[in-house]
Amino acid sequence: MTSSIPIASTIAPSLSASTGATVELIGVVKNYGTHRALNSIDFSITPGEFVALLGPSGCGKTTALRALSGLELIDGGRIVIDGDDVAGVPTNKRDIGMVFQSYSLFPHLTAIENIEFGLRMRRVSASERRGRATEALDMVGLASFAERFAHQLSGGQQQRVALARALVTRPRVLLLDEPLSALDAKVRVQLRDEIRRIQIELGITTVFVTHDQEEALAVADRVAVMREGVIEQIGTPEELYSAPSTPFVADFVGLSNRIAAELVDGRVIVHGASMALLGEPMADGPVTAFVRPENVEIVSSGVPATVVSSSFLGSLRRTQVILSDDSLLSIQHHVDLRPQQGDPVFVRLTASPVSAVRRTL
Amino acid sequence: MTAASRLGTEPNKVTRGVILGVVGAVFAIPLIALLQFTFRDGLGGGYTLEHWNNLIGEDAARTYRSLFQAIGNSVVLAIVTVGIVLVLLLPTMILVHIQFPKFSRVLEFICIIPITVPAIVLVVGLAPVYGVVVRIFGSGAWTLAFAYGITVLPYAYRAIQSNLDAIPAVMLSEAARSLGADWPTVLRLVLLPNLRRGVLAASFISVAVVLGEFTIASLLNRTNLQTALLQISQSDPYVAAIFAFLALAVAFGLLLLIGRLGASRKRSRE
Repeated sequence: MTSSIPIASTIAPSLSASTGATVELIGVVKNYGTHRALNSIDFSITPGEFVALLGPSGCGKTTALRALSGLELIDGGRIVIDGDDVAGVPTNKRDIGMVFQSYSLFPHLTAIENIEFGLRMRRVSASERRGRATEALDMVGLASFAERFAHQLSGGQQQRVALARALVTRPRVLLLDEPLSALDAKVRVQLRDEIRRIQIELGITTVFVTHDQEEALAVADRVAVMREGVIEQIGTPEELYSAPSTPFVADFVGLSNRIAAELVDGRVIVHGASMALLGEPMADGPVTAFVRPENVEIVSSGVPATVVSSSFLGSLRRTQVILSDDSLLSIQHHVDLRPQQGDPVFVRLTASPVSAVRRTL
Repeated sequence: MTAASRLGTEPNKVTRGVILGVVGAVFAIPLIALLQFTFRDGLGGGYTLEHWNNLIGEDAARTYRSLFQAIGNSVVLAIVTVGIVLVLLLPTMILVHIQFPKFSRVLEFICIIPITVPAIVLVVGLAPVYGVVVRIFGSGAWTLAFAYGITVLPYAYRAIQSNLDAIPAVMLSEAARSLGADWPTVLRLVLLPNLRRGVLAASFISVAVVLGEFTIASLLNRTNLQTALLQISQSDPYVAAIFAFLALAVAFGLLLLIGRLGASRKRSRE
């Protein structure tokens, strides 16, 4: 698999030797007392793939990652890495690399000693250790910080060292447990992109846990959206966004307007627009439709509305309007259009397919 | 004027000086008196180095044989007690902290109990237990360390626990395991180096407690530094005073060392 991925010249040969492994979770169950944290999880990851586990807190995404790492023992199912069932294998023998939320660098060791730790465990000779650790530190752009202790590094630098430490042993799988959540916004985006660059260059199979949908959509090849211990949908970011298979996914991934609508002949009818229904077919009747802000337009004639607020978001503008039936709508539009609070406007829904759930009257 | 002093929480310089002076005097006066006593030349007054010289004289080893023997006992007891703390208490605390946090309250309760039980009450319970201990381990002086291992629990527990709470022990051990370390290696290469301060503090305070222990040893008819001092004070109060002073000085030295450990560690890392 590695051979099909171009190796950048910045990646040292000793690191690029790692090959992506296949990872399969088959019917994995994990209970905490009476609470079922993972309810028969199934998914497989191809070599070199970057999969994000996304969901609200308590959905089981971190438990799934910890089950994969061996830090949590599972109560049922199988975890298979490169054909080996590792469910009974302890963490230290699974050959994984892991980056935690924060504060996981060993405080009594310098950056370079931290990176060498995994190599020491594998009885790599001192000279080779230093060489490989230096290359790994170089890869994350911290070559001049080798002798610093954790408390002498910023949060972002600590996570870079943690990433180098996880990768230097050329593990079969890289596991990232919300590694960016303790960082500030700018560093978060930088490091996110860097993780993705390094991951592509090394071709290492990677599982990334996050509650930040923007983060997941930005870096992952595929995203698994989890809720209450099950995977609601797994697919490419585009699939999740444009064709959510469940209302939960439609609501959780990206922004959605929840609009009262009618289902007539399998089509969602709302404010004069007729839209195809995504996901499982339903019987006709009242539904709540999930409509993306970019699928609502401000037009010269249509449904009358009043502007409530409008905010500038850099490359676009998001405006909230209130309709005559007191329902609020978010609209995403070009920055050149600057509606003011209280302005009367007309809106229209485009005919893009939408998700919907049964609405009880 | 600092925010703290405006709020009235920080006393001014004069008050601080007075408090420090009074507290210092309470501690210092008996010690100075003790030291002064060791230089007294009998009841007639005047000062002499004779009592100190006696200790390093040719006959000293013979004259104070029982005392030196007792010092040896106390040193052995201190070592075995520290051993018990390091071999039993430390791994238990780490295990509970990382793997069984729900038992941490129980462990804390158990470890604090000895401070609430007066030594004299403890001995009443220990006497029959030592009947068994003697049968199994013999009557060597070191066996008293089993009792001392209990009496030092509250102090050793506090010292180690505060250090455990200050480091992300769970996260560090998980990180080490993900890098291929087994549990003994996690303990040796990751946890112990980061618990050094707490472990040393627990050891020193255990030594200080053991060197100062009298009640249990006396009531179980054992000989240690303190019981020997009492005995010798009846025949030679000067030597008793000298050794009492030295024992205090060693204990003080250990406590000062504990205080400096944290500070010197911080400095070396800056």
